[in-house]
Amino acid sequence: MPLFGSLYNFAHWLTQNREEAEDLVQETYVKALKGFGSFQPGTNFRAWIFRILRNTFLTSLTGLAATRTVALETADVPEQAAAISHETPESILLEQAGQQQVQAALEQVPVIFREVLLLRDVEEMSYQEIADTLAVPIGTVMSRLYRARKALQAALESKIQEAKHV
Amino acid sequence: MFDDNWRPKLDQYLDSELSAEEMRGMNAHLRECVSCASDALRRLQLKRATRLAGQRYEPSAEFRRRIERQAAARNRSRRILLWVPVLAAAMLLLVSAVTLGRWYERTRSQQFLAELADIHVADMASPTPVDVVSSDRHTVKPWFQGKLPFTFDLPELEGTRYKLIGGRVAYLEQEPGAHLLYDVGLHHISVFIFRDRAEVERVFPTRDSSGRVLSFHVESWAAGGLRYIVFGDASLESIQGLSRLLKQAGG
Repeated sequence: MPLFGSLYNFAHWLTQNREEAEDLVQETYVKALKGFGSFQPGTNFRAWIFRILRNTFLTSLTGLAATRTVALETADVPEQAAAISHETPESILLEQAGQQQVQAALEQVPVIFREVLLLRDVEEMSYQEIADTLAVPIGTVMSRLYRARKALQAALESKIQEAKHV
Repeated sequence: MFDDNWRPKLDQYLDSELSAEEMRGMNAHLRECVSCASDALRRLQLKRATRLAGQRYEPSAEFRRRIERQAAARNRSRRILLWVPVLAAAMLLLVSAVTLGRWYERTRSQQFLAELADIHVADMASPTPVDVVSSDRHTVKPWFQGKLPFTFDLPELEGTRYKLIGGRVAYLEQEPGAHLLYDVGLHHISVFIFRDRAEVERVFPTRDSSGRVLSFHVESWAAGGLRYIVFGDASLESIQGLSRLLKQAGG
């Protein structure tokens, strides 16, 4: 099965639930097999199948709820990011942070930012591939990625501070 | 160049999305600018941490098997669907072949019966319609010895309205057979006896059959590997009466 592990990982990050992730991947393959005729040879297969998965997620109940939440949360992110000073020794923070804390921080990042982070840093897609997957212009990918990293950084800092106070 | 020109491009640099020229420029800048180099290192660490943390979920083996089974089942049904047009074409070909075959057989059957009608009519028009003349079956039957690759029995006609005129050898599709001529009233009836070959069987698909060809009545049956065809312009009843007598004689 092409990209099975990647699709499942991405689906689980989006849904935050094993059963829903399995349903999402299953539906993605069903749609991909059914609509394979619409795939144009020579274009990016990975972007095509990730787009199917993402669109399927967005039309699911979890996806609809997540995107509604994002619309509210998105406005807060720049302020959150702006509060982070370049002088903050993040490298030290990152060294202190365990993988579980990064995962917990990533979970807190809104779906709209989480997906772009996963596509870029985990799937190592190019900006163009991400743009094709999300069906947005490259400029949107760049700005969303910038804000996503800031949001992750803030969430991670918060997690580390919490851990220090425990 | 000032930091403000380079710093916004740090993410693109680390994501390998800058042009080759910009990459060279950024490399040179980072060698000189401690602040940007520190920022780049921080971002790189975050990227690495994200990659490691992001590779978190793995599908279970059971789920993988389930998806593979479904895909295989779907492929099978797709393969079956792919066969549908082929099967449809094959069916069409088969139906066409059967239809063509039937048409051919019907045409051959008509030709066969038309040939019999020709022989019958030609003999009637001939001043010597038979080669052996006799009303006695004991004369006619031995006459065919050595002329045909089979033998046959003829009925006793005494006390009936039928009269055996005689017989001759007839050829139908290069196959020799007996052509017997009977009189009933003012009508002549031809009795043809051939080996019941596959070609003849196709003309008479049922063991016994009767009908009309060119307004002649025809009665036919198979017995003992021979095909009997009673043919004439006499009434159907007369044709069937003679047929019964022949059958009783062993035909």
